[in-house]
Amino acid sequence: MIPSTSTFPRNAEEALVDNRLQAALATLPGGLVAQRRAAVAKVPEFEALRDLGREIRDHTLQNLDGYLKAFEKKATAAGSTIHWAGDAADARLIVHEICRAAGASLVVKGKSMVTEEIGLNAHLIENGIEVVESDLGEYIIQKRGEAPSHIIAPAIHLTQDDVEKDFRTYHTHLPASRLLPDAESLVAEARAVMREKFLTAEVGITGANFLVAETGSSIIVTNEGNGDLTQTLPPVHIVVATIDKVVPTLDDAMVLLRLLARSATGQDMTAYTTLATGPRREGDRDGPRACHVVLIDNGRTDMLAGPLRDALRCIRCGACMNHCPVYNAIGGHAYGSVYPGPIGSVLTPALLGISETAHLPSASTFCGSCEAVCPVKIPLVTLMRTWRERAWSGRLTSRTGRLVHALWGYAATRPRLYHLLARFAAAGGGALGRRRGAFRRLPIARGWLSARDMPAPQGRTFQQLWQETQRGVPR
Amino acid sequence: MQPRAGLFVTCLVDLVRPSVGFAAARLIEAAGCDVIVPQMQTCCGQPAYNSGDRKTSRTLALQTIRAFAGCDYVVAPSGSCAAMLKIHYPKLFADAKPGIRAQVADFSSRVHELCEFLADVKKLRHLPGRFNGRVAYHDSCSGLRELKIQSAPRRLLALVPGVELAEMAEPEACCGFGGLFAERYPGISAAIVSRKVDDAARTKADLLLAGDLGCLMNMAGKLAREGRPIACRHIAEVLAGEMADPPIAQGQNISTTAGACKT
Repeated sequence: MIPSTSTFPRNAEEALVDNRLQAALATLPGGLVAQRRAAVAKVPEFEALRDLGREIRDHTLQNLDGYLKAFEKKATAAGSTIHWAGDAADARLIVHEICRAAGASLVVKGKSMVTEEIGLNAHLIENGIEVVESDLGEYIIQKRGEAPSHIIAPAIHLTQDDVEKDFRTYHTHLPASRLLPDAESLVAEARAVMREKFLTAEVGITGANFLVAETGSSIIVTNEGNGDLTQTLPPVHIVVATIDKVVPTLDDAMVLLRLLARSATGQDMTAYTTLATGPRREGDRDGPRACHVVLIDNGRTDMLAGPLRDALRCIRCGACMNHCPVYNAIGGHAYGSVYPGPIGSVLTPALLGISETAHLPSASTFCGSCEAVCPVKIPLVTLMRTWRERAWSGRLTSRTGRLVHALWGYAATRPRLYHLLARFAAAGGGALGRRRGAFRRLPIARGWLSARDMPAPQGRTFQQLWQETQRGVPR
Repeated sequence: MQPRAGLFVTCLVDLVRPSVGFAAARLIEAAGCDVIVPQMQTCCGQPAYNSGDRKTSRTLALQTIRAFAGCDYVVAPSGSCAAMLKIHYPKLFADAKPGIRAQVADFSSRVHELCEFLADVKKLRHLPGRFNGRVAYHDSCSGLRELKIQSAPRRLLALVPGVELAEMAEPEACCGFGGLFAERYPGISAAIVSRKVDDAARTKADLLLAGDLGCLMNMAGKLAREGRPIACRHIAEVLAGEMADPPIAQGQNISTTAGACKT
């Protein structure tokens, strides 16, 4: 049901003919893309802000060990317990152990991509713990048994009609005759269903948009307030985050928050921006009794040491996918990975290995729209090319493709031979195709011809004609 | 003595549409340069570079750099190839010996995309071309986002008598070509180019122009497959008035309003 990365071409073909999905994707340009454009236009210093954001992230990554230790010290002082997880399996065990110790039978969750990355829900459910996603989009796809198709808008592949249908299917305790005419009525219904879960859950799990070394705080941004309920109502709060989420100071976090909201949803600020610093203190009227922070590496240290370091600047706004022509054509599920779009095509091979994921960095036009909007200026095209280089040197690309490439390379590095072959190709192609101007069928370029005609050569190469004009032969 | 401008023909222009090369040569001459066409050039190496084959890319880069020794300028009728020569060659040799790095940097500093060369380097005020009709201009990705070429082609079109520029809603959206991408992921590429040609059709333009033959072959191929009446040409053809040949992907027996140069 959840497509795999290795079958990317087939996933994409299926996505392209899925009319429901295409209808949902058609709202992207007028939605998140237009909203970002409008928000950025109102901030004349946005370009400088991007540079500042990049500097903050680079500086942090350069000194990551120090800032992580500083965070640990401050968070511990605030009463949180810090756990270090080397990989996804470690992280699952740690979270499960905390839940077990808390006697949890019900866990509520705020939206968190890293828990998708480590496969947390499935692990907890296997161990007899009920897990309820509290973000509306996540709640819907959890009910449907799907993965998020976007990092900030997990149910962007669905339309309002789909959600109404789903709610009627899943919320059977409510009268079938109820009216659900608009988004507001759907939100109200979800809120009512979820309120009870918030009040009975023993553990609340959230991710973190940022971890602040200066204060030991975690920051989450949401528009539904579900994150706040998740981290304040249950007796135990677990923050799950990868080590790259740390920022030095609150001021740094504010710069990144300005970039994040505008780049993600086109908001000046999300409806809720919440800092959590340890558990409930003496005299606090609410808040969890215990707070745990699980810091996960899962491949980040390896990325930090190599040419993919710049990808760790990512603040997970989703702008790269919103502006990606490939993502716009096929949506997030076709990527078959937790992180879709351009940033996913860089991160996924680092998480799963390039041999299973070589299609992802390959399936890009390298148009550069992602880089043009990235709030921390990640060189996404360069990083995808780095993966292509690894796939190439690992001989992971198709044998036919490599053979054609080798023949082309042989000729292209021998100009005299190349020009001779080009003459033959131009003459042959011109003779066969010039009358119509384009080919509809050829023994080569099947992919190209499946969708469009191949323009025919004019019949002689430029080099050939130019040499003749130099000798005084009229064209 | 006039400056020597080496024409980097590009492999697609050489093979498929030499008339673009002649249009480019005519424009470079109009800008007061002697046109040199080194025979030792083939391809800029981008197909190898974007396939992850750095070795072949470097060989082709050195071949190209040698071929253009002695040229004051290197001008390419393609933002994509120009970006390869100007931006990516130095990256390919970032780890090389200082002498080679300096040689590459010197070469790259002389490289210009055709429109940028004409409008910004040579500040051309008069162009040989004329065309009566509506044209839409597609910003190809490399020229726009790597070389930041956006206004130069539009300023040049404004100098051509009779040209009326009709902007698309999203002139900066990728056409879905992406080199080998179009062949490897044809369905995705088709979806992207469909959006592009729909946008172009809404402008009611007679001619769809771009500065890159790759994008043009993709868009023209799609328009031809769908039997739509918009003709596609390289911008150099309109600027130079080199419009005797039929538009891209159209046959010699088809005449459209944009098929020949109207004077």
